[in-house]
Amino acid sequence: MATLARLQARSTFIGHQYYFRNSVVDVFRKKEHDAAVKIQSWFRGCQIRSYIRYLQRIVVVIQKWWRGYLARKHYQLIVKLAYYTMKMNIYNAMAVRIQRRWRGYRIRKYCFNYFYLKEYLRAVSETNDTIREALEEFADMKEREEKKAELEREEKKRDYQARKMHYLLSTKQIPGIYNSPFRKEPDPWELRLQKAKPLTHRRYQVKPTRSVQLSSWLACTSARSFPRSEFLPPIDRKPCQGPFRDIAEVLKQRYKPLEPTLRSEEPINELKAAREDLRRQEWTKNIHDNMFLPFSSYHKNKTYIPSMHSSSKYGPNSLGRQCFRDENPKKWICDKDFQTVLPAFDLFSKYGKLYSKAGQIL
Amino acid sequence: MSQRQVVQVFEQYQKARTQFVQMVAELVTRPQNIETLQNAGVMSLLRPLLLDVVPTIQQTAALALGRLANYNDDLAEAVVKGDILPQLVYSLAEQNRFYKKAAAFVLRAVAKHSPQLAQAIVDCGALDTLVICLEDFDPGVKEAVAWALGYIARHNAELSQAVVDAGAVPLLVLCIQEPEIALKRIAASALSDISKHSPELAQTVVDAGAIAHLAQMILNPDAKLKRQVLSALSQVAKHSVDLAEMVVEAEIFPVVLTCLKDKDEYVKKNACTLIREIAKHTPELSQLIVNTGGVAAVIDCIGSCKGNIRLPGIMMLGYVAAHSENLAMAVIISKGVAQLSICLSEETEDHIKAAAAWALGQIGRHTPEHARAVAVTNTLPVLLSLYMSTESSEDLQEKSKKAIKTILQKCTYLPALEPFLYDAPPNILKHVVGQFSKVLFSWIFRYTSAKSGQLSTNY
Repeated sequence: MATLARLQARSTFIGHQYYFRNSVVDVFRKKEHDAAVKIQSWFRGCQIRSYIRYLQRIVVVIQKWWRGYLARKHYQLIVKLAYYTMKMNIYNAMAVRIQRRWRGYRIRKYCFNYFYLKEYLRAVSETNDTIREALEEFADMKEREEKKAELEREEKKRDYQARKMHYLLSTKQIPGIYNSPFRKEPDPWELRLQKAKPLTHRRYQVKPTRSVQLSSWLACTSARSFPRSEFLPPIDRKPCQGPFRDIAEVLKQRYKPLEPTLRSEEPINELKAAREDLRRQEWTKNIHDNMFLPFSSYHKNKTYIPSMHSSSKYGPNSLGRQCFRDENPKKWICDKDFQTVLPAFDLFSKYGKLYSKAGQIL
Repeated sequence: MSQRQVVQVFEQYQKARTQFVQMVAELVTRPQNIETLQNAGVMSLLRPLLLDVVPTIQQTAALALGRLANYNDDLAEAVVKGDILPQLVYSLAEQNRFYKKAAAFVLRAVAKHSPQLAQAIVDCGALDTLVICLEDFDPGVKEAVAWALGYIARHNAELSQAVVDAGAVPLLVLCIQEPEIALKRIAASALSDISKHSPELAQTVVDAGAIAHLAQMILNPDAKLKRQVLSALSQVAKHSVDLAEMVVEAEIFPVVLTCLKDKDEYVKKNACTLIREIAKHTPELSQLIVNTGGVAAVIDCIGSCKGNIRLPGIMMLGYVAAHSENLAMAVIISKGVAQLSICLSEETEDHIKAAAAWALGQIGRHTPEHARAVAVTNTLPVLLSLYMSTESSEDLQEKSKKAIKTILQKCTYLPALEPFLYDAPPNILKHVVGQFSKVLFSWIFRYTSAKSGQLSTNY
């Protein structure tokens, strides 16, 4: 029984101890459990990892061999293709060489001769140069001809002028205007005048009478259309014997055409007609027919202002010399005459007395 | 006594008529009097004087009428309406040479204003009488008649045909052979006016044997005659290849080239026109002209003229270059491109610039060599500025755009293309870029493939 009592007394203690040790042990249990779990998990992980490594080594080997196999297959295809391409390129290049040569040959032989073209263009440019030179020469020649013609015309004009001005030639007595004595040598005009022959008077030009025109057959057959020579002698005339005049002279006098005098040629009322004509011409120049009024009638309304010389009296005017006042007495301010306000100059009062008596002033 | 008085009355009347008609003829020479004369009714007063018994009065009246009709077309219409023409035509056949000259002058003065008036002259049967007068001995009459015929034929093809039908052409060819220079001039001008309308009329003129005589007269020293002769030949040659070949067969080359050095501007212009009309038909004719050195002569002629005188020469170069590339190369080596670019920059008128741009386009469009020859002279920027400027006319813009495009499509000369990259509009820029790509692409390709050393994977 004592043990029971001891046990009962220790029961609560045991209960506490039981509880306490269980709870403590729980903590230790948890700790120990966690540690065991950690160790186990780590070990398992190592195991697995080494297994995986092993697997990977194996898989790499497999994949290596498989990929090598695929690539070799692919590589063979590529090589085949490249070989094929290279062959085709070579064939193409050779074909191009052949075609190039053939085409060049064909064009040069049959279609187009490059050298001929070059030759042609060279010939064309040579022809151009020749033509250009020839045309230049032609133009020069034309210019020279023109200049020559111009000079000749000038020369003719000057000759004609010299002939007209021949009277300006200098004589022994009087030197001409082109031969002035102050010159070293005479003017070229002088020499020209010396060479010139004076012009004769222009002959009075008879107006040619209008002869019949040969515009139709009838006109041709008319008697007046036959050419008339001047002094034809009669046909079968024997020369007269004796001291007669020359037959040509006689015929000339006999068949001389009528030369009426100026007085009988002009109509009788020529003067009157000429006056009428003149009046008519003057009439055309007028603007209107009213006569112009003389200028003096313009001033009809104005009064005549005579000039000063005719309106004033003849003779010297005393106004400036003796009397100095205005003529009009109404204008005078005062009745008395002006007085000299200023004294006379002493200098001038002794005029003639101060100077030497040797002079003739006294 | 009384008989003498009666006669005196008549003489006075005659004198008065003579004086009136002479004074009127003199007054008409000054234009300021014509209105007054018209108001005073001069036409109706002159008309009966045409039928006067005294020939002097008739002639002077005709002369006065001619001068009046010459002045403006209202008066010419009044002449036609006043029924004066039939009387003139009738007396033309019968009277003396002074009257014929005066009557032909009236017909010419009426015909020159408009086709309707010329038709009126043809309708009253003047052509037959005029052609009969062409056979007259007096050269003055022939000149007046040929002038009248030329003015009638100038207006249109029907009137020319009427003149030809009246048989004028052989007589005109005879007139050309006469020694008087004025007559030759007028006859050549009449032939030129007749042949300019249609190929058939030109063929008629050629059939009458005109070409040989005209070709001989090119050597004549008179400048106005040369103008007319060259104009006549060019009017004949312009219609067809056969006519042009006939003109060339008359051996005008190289004599025509001396006319290009003449002092008279219009002789140069007409000579260039003749060469242009011949060159434009076929390449063979252009080749002929190039072989005789015509291109160089025309280029020198262009260099010595200014303004409108240059235009036919510029067009001639364009036509020659357009036919084939060899001819274009011939133009280039004759120094044509430099001259054309000078024309392009110097000239002020748009139509001349347009012609120069067109000619440059024709030269440069054939091969890269030609395009390079044009580009080297720095004309492409000028063409571009003409195209872009707003002051240029539409025609000029159109032609310069075409020229730029055609030259650029062949140009591989890069220094000339570079300025275009900066200021060209997009439609031209695409051509420039295309040319750059053509030149640079093969270079880049070669360079890169050599560098990398790899085989190309393009196949």
